[in-house]
Amino acid sequence: MSLLTVDRLTVATPGGRPLVSDLSFELPAGGRLGVIGESGSGKSLTALAVLGLLPDGLRASGSIRLHPSGGAPAQVVGAPERELRRLRGRVATAVFQEPSTALDPLMRIGNQIGAAVRRTRGLRGTALRAATLSALADVGLDRRIARAYPHEVSGGQRQRAAIAAAVACRPALLIADEPTTALDVTVQAEVLALLDRLVADRGMALLFISHDLAVVSRIAERVLVLAQGSAVESGTVADVVTAPRHPVTRALLESARQLDAALEVSRP
Amino acid sequence: MTRHRRSLVAGTALVGLTCAVALLSLLWTPYPVSDTSGGRLAPVSAAHLLGTDRLGRDLATQLMVGARIALQTGLGAVAIGGALGLAAGIAAGFAQRWLDDGLAAVLDIVIAFPTLLLAMLVVAARGASLGSAILALGLAMSAVVARLTRILVKRVLAQDFVTASRVSGTSWPRVVAEHVLPNIWPTLAVNLALQFGLAVLAEASLSYLGLGAPPPNQSWGRMLQEAQSTVLVAPAGLVAPGLALLVLVVGANFVADGLREAADPLARRSS
Repeated sequence: MSLLTVDRLTVATPGGRPLVSDLSFELPAGGRLGVIGESGSGKSLTALAVLGLLPDGLRASGSIRLHPSGGAPAQVVGAPERELRRLRGRVATAVFQEPSTALDPLMRIGNQIGAAVRRTRGLRGTALRAATLSALADVGLDRRIARAYPHEVSGGQRQRAAIAAAVACRPALLIADEPTTALDVTVQAEVLALLDRLVADRGMALLFISHDLAVVSRIAERVLVLAQGSAVESGTVADVVTAPRHPVTRALLESARQLDAALEVSRP
Repeated sequence: MTRHRRSLVAGTALVGLTCAVALLSLLWTPYPVSDTSGGRLAPVSAAHLLGTDRLGRDLATQLMVGARIALQTGLGAVAIGGALGLAAGIAAGFAQRWLDDGLAAVLDIVIAFPTLLLAMLVVAARGASLGSAILALGLAMSAVVARLTRILVKRVLAQDFVTASRVSGTSWPRVVAEHVLPNIWPTLAVNLALQFGLAVLAEASLSYLGLGAPPPNQSWGRMLQEAQSTVLVAPAGLVAPGLALLVLVVGANFVADGLREAADPLARRSS
């Protein structure tokens, strides 16, 4: 059975308007799925729903099952907070778009990573400190960053720290919600390469959410295209890129090509 | 010395002066509080540094005892108002919408309710005493603190880092302890320091109206009231408690200002 099985997931507003409707997909352990769509297509809500973290008032129905190898399968939809807390971090965790707000401004970076490690792996004292420093090393950050406050480091370093905090929990599934969108292009490529390596090294599954088909095609194996809360197309990255069937996919592809062409022209 | 340092140091010095006088009054005062041996309305002299009031009591002694009462009131009201306000504000910050709306409405009513009227009700229920004054001021303050806390908590809860922390399995109580309290504390501390000054002033008003600590506990507000009729003959009786109030309240406001700037990590870096 797959690590993550989403079956007929619907997320609706209190008024009953569906924001995500009838979404089904699977992600095997160690697999990489890109979820792509324009803003407002329900990508981020899907990510939050998988973690049981939907904003107040939004309701999920359908089924989201997490089944880590060596663990019992768990249903996320309708699960009480206590059970969800056991899943978060240990089974599935996430990195978000905005590195400037993803870290508590009044807490040293090392303490934020340490807090996540303490909760999920139960480490204390010197073991906790060692795990925090090795988490920083894993994402290519100097150990001095542990003592820094978020405003003292760059956006790219903050995003690396956020990734370190997520990955240090040793989850089976990492959800990356537009993790490179807020970064400039060179840093984007570095962070993408870092995610690629971390996911490969640890055999984590990756759910990569983006509006940018070019970025998704570099890191994911399969891709799911969302439009207005529904899946309109899915398949391997190669299939979707070479033979897009849905107009939305074609539009996304076209905009990626145009950007590429513009870059070609501007190259000396 | 940076600016926030200056206001913090100046504020601490002014409040510290009042504290020192209050502590001294526990051990030693020039005369016993009810001693009337100086004669009525004695002028300023070596024997009576600020003269005496119309009952012949030493004004310097009263001023020292008054410092104790002012500090007791300020700290007591901040303790009651801070604890109640923080608890209610955090509850409202987390509450579902209908409960939150209800709490917000109650807070608005309490804030709109005149503090003096509230104090009179408390005095009517419990009798005039320093405790009643502190309780009334604390209750009035708790509504202001709760409303501020509520909005600060909501602002922190809407931040990505709270979601990011919950993603690694943080429980709500831990979110409050690790993220909410540290992030709201700087603003709250500034507000509590300001509220301390306001409570001291409000107690002076209550005592002026006879709703504060009954005699022989000499509050600065009561001193003002008693000196009012003799201001032309013995101005020191009015000026001294007025200045004492000014020192303590301005000191509290300086402390608030210094705390605000000291708590801001961005300001700290650039200094």
